[in-house]
Amino acid sequence: MKAKDIAELLDEPACEHNTKSKSGCAKPKPGASAGGCAFDGAQIALLPIADVAHIVHGPIACAGSSWDNRGTRSSGPELYRIGMTTDLTEQDVIMGRGEKRLFHSIKQAIEDYNPPAVFVYNTCVPALIGDDFEAVCREVEQRYDVPVVPIDAAGFYGTKNLGNRIAGDSMVKHVIGTKEPEPVPENAQREGVKVHDVNLIGEYNIAGEFWYVLPLLDELGIRVLCTLSGDARFHEVQTMHRAEVNMMVCSKAMLNVARKLQDTFGMPWFEGSFYGITDTSEALRGFAQFLNDPDLTARTEGLIEREEVRIRAALDKWRPRLEGKRVLLYTGGVKSWSVISALQDLGMKVVATGTKKSTEEDKARIRELMGDDTMMIDDGNPKELLRIVKDYKADILIAGGRNMYTALKARVPFLDINQEREFGYAGYDGMLELVRQLTLTLESPVWQSARTPAPWDAAIESNGVALALPMTSSAEGV
Amino acid sequence: MADLLKRKKALSVSPLKASQTIGASLAFLGFSRSMPLMHGSQGCTAFAKVFFVRHFREPIPLQTTAMDQVTSVMGADDNIVEALRAICEKNRPSIIGLVTTGLAETQGADINLAVRQFRKQYPEFDNYYVVAVNSPDFSGCFESGFALALKAIIETLVPQTYAPAQSALEKEGTTEFTHRVGLRSKQVNVLCHANLTPGDLEFIVESIESFGLRPMLIPDLLGSLDGHLSSETYNPLTTGGLAVDDLKTAGESIASLVVGHSIQAAAKSLEERTGVPNYQFDHLMTIDEVDRWLDTLRKLSGKGVPVKYRKHRQQVQDAMLDTHFMIGSTRYAMASDPDLLIGFDALMTSMGAELVAAVIPAKAKSVEVLSIEHIQIGDMEDLEQLAKAEQAQLLIGNSHASDSAQRLSIPLLRAGFPQYDLLGGFQRCWSGYRGIQQTLFDLANMMVAHHQDISAYHSVYSQKPEAQVLYGNLGDKGPNAWGGH
Repeated sequence: MKAKDIAELLDEPACEHNTKSKSGCAKPKPGASAGGCAFDGAQIALLPIADVAHIVHGPIACAGSSWDNRGTRSSGPELYRIGMTTDLTEQDVIMGRGEKRLFHSIKQAIEDYNPPAVFVYNTCVPALIGDDFEAVCREVEQRYDVPVVPIDAAGFYGTKNLGNRIAGDSMVKHVIGTKEPEPVPENAQREGVKVHDVNLIGEYNIAGEFWYVLPLLDELGIRVLCTLSGDARFHEVQTMHRAEVNMMVCSKAMLNVARKLQDTFGMPWFEGSFYGITDTSEALRGFAQFLNDPDLTARTEGLIEREEVRIRAALDKWRPRLEGKRVLLYTGGVKSWSVISALQDLGMKVVATGTKKSTEEDKARIRELMGDDTMMIDDGNPKELLRIVKDYKADILIAGGRNMYTALKARVPFLDINQEREFGYAGYDGMLELVRQLTLTLESPVWQSARTPAPWDAAIESNGVALALPMTSSAEGV
Repeated sequence: MADLLKRKKALSVSPLKASQTIGASLAFLGFSRSMPLMHGSQGCTAFAKVFFVRHFREPIPLQTTAMDQVTSVMGADDNIVEALRAICEKNRPSIIGLVTTGLAETQGADINLAVRQFRKQYPEFDNYYVVAVNSPDFSGCFESGFALALKAIIETLVPQTYAPAQSALEKEGTTEFTHRVGLRSKQVNVLCHANLTPGDLEFIVESIESFGLRPMLIPDLLGSLDGHLSSETYNPLTTGGLAVDDLKTAGESIASLVVGHSIQAAAKSLEERTGVPNYQFDHLMTIDEVDRWLDTLRKLSGKGVPVKYRKHRQQVQDAMLDTHFMIGSTRYAMASDPDLLIGFDALMTSMGAELVAAVIPAKAKSVEVLSIEHIQIGDMEDLEQLAKAEQAQLLIGNSHASDSAQRLSIPLLRAGFPQYDLLGGFQRCWSGYRGIQQTLFDLANMMVAHHQDISAYHSVYSQKPEAQVLYGNLGDKGPNAWGGH
């Protein structure tokens, strides 16, 4: 990929970040960086497309340490969970045999697994030695009549975020608009219900949580042409251009897809979230509003009322156990405000939140939700987070898996909110799972055990003197 | 003699291999206040970190030189200098392990030059140790990366106190070395291959200590990655592990105990530098090798074998008899790094089980001694196909093998890296009499649980009520009923 193309991807007019100096994300600092690369981002964004053969073109490390990471769920095909890589060897690199190996690799995947499409992810080493992987993809596609989509995502191009955009861009360029959706089947039609087609962008069906939401959309007569990319199929991505509206779910990582669909097909988009009662209801209203169907609006309001009454009744018995508990929320991103509203629905108090990747608009929204006395954390290194937990008397840290051990090693209750988690929190019913997991860690007896010193250490602490006894058997060593 | 079969297809499907770069990082994680630094793009480190975190369920210190588009093309040696400076300044580690990725090697990084440059530019950080290792992921595998790093650590940090050949000395015109072997009369060096777990290392340490000797694990993954809750609330470096100052006394030990083939070059290097004699073990997974281990310790220490181990030996003998009914003649398939395969093969052979399919991730001469005819260099797809063709009854491999085991409807014993779907898998002890005993029990239980009973036959003449249900009124079904059920 040329530097010009990368710059173009980093320029996202629809993103509020765009005009700011940190646009395109700051350059990573050697020796003081965390987070993934462009390949990581591209793979995360597209891997949930379940029936596609995903081939990583590169030496082993790129696929070898990342395949079979089971955050996202499929309702059918499991092909996406099978790791595939060209596993380039030293000889391939030196002798320039990468292209040939790639050609045969794609052929092998097609012959052995018969996928509707193959996605090929380019990584650092072949990008550096100059494999023309796109030409190989074209060649195989023509010869075997199976779509082969090139995703040029060498890690050194930039951050995970850039990788998300590269992924989105590849879908817009090569996949979206290559097929028309099927008509709504007769037996799915209901009297007086007009079916509307929509897309969800940035919904990954983590732990299957979107299945808490999908039945509601079904009930309203909203047909999801495609979720990019949770539990998606290749042919669904192909038909995304026919939706009436796009919802950007939580993350703006693939904003370029929504914008390009708007530019090309005039498709409006709105931003929303399925975390929390309030936001779930807002998202449903969002569809009704953009689809501009009074009947749908009425039915949506009816459904919201019914669901809210039901879920609030179900949550009532949990409320006393969570009410007033203090939370340090560190998602480092735009998810902050959506999770805040979910926690507030439960009567919890968010004492501080991460805003590293939040826009000014996000921050304003957070202030609106939480008031001015809430701490906003820009640099959430582990030490800083622990300090804030202590200073603000937080009862629990809610953050991404990366910070799990920061909390546990400091004996602080923790809830994982990122994509690796095993539990789904979306929609109204996701709230029940959320309270179960929150109380599980908050009320666990293990904290007491982990914080209690051993009797002999306690004795030393209280007396201020160590007993003159040998402490370990190794004292008698050499 | 096993024949090594080359990789037979272009695409690797369900990879078995973990990268050499990751293996090299692991060696550095066994040092106290350590920070491994990967020379590559950010993602190389992020992926490696996730890999280790999922396996150990521990925070893992790991940094990156963060090569970007410009430096990947124009040269990233400055990134190394910058990264070393940043880490020294911010984290004050005792040791930094600089390991290279495929990206850095393809680009042509000169890591030693970069380290020299760093020394020149930042003399204030002179007392922070830096060890550089070439460990690209397009060669070798996890095990070989660990071994490369171990060799580099020894050659960088252990002072040369002994020259094996006098002639070599004269040629170089150096003065004679005074070797220091045995100055620490109870200290024993221990070098272990990459796939020994903290549990294995605990057996090793305890057994050595029980003879009144003091073990020095090089590196000490037991100290750093055994999964402990320390009193500190936060530490960006390793919490425990071998101190570099202790490592420097390796030349004063009485012996080096070496477990595994993959690290032989590193062990040889240590022996040549210090004159401390090596005692080589392939593994500690059979009664014979554990016997030899304890007998070696007996000879080194001059003390008798503790009663505890004599008892354990009798117990494992008993367990072997109890379990051979279930394990004997079991056809099993295994995929793992070579040293682990060698250990399991020895154990299973000693029980009368038969290895019918073996896959390793990269070439290794060491496995040629196995009695199986062919060993495939390949992936989990190869393992599954071979296991199916050979009608294996049991799989041994890492967590990635679980889908294969499910599809084959046979049990899986999880061993090796990574194990993300089994809590505690990272620290399971396979070594010593006790380790063997538990392995045998587990294997036997698996085989019993998967035992196929003979399907019941219901006689058409039977007067048992079950048969009535099956056949109903014989007159209706006629001769069809004779076909069994």
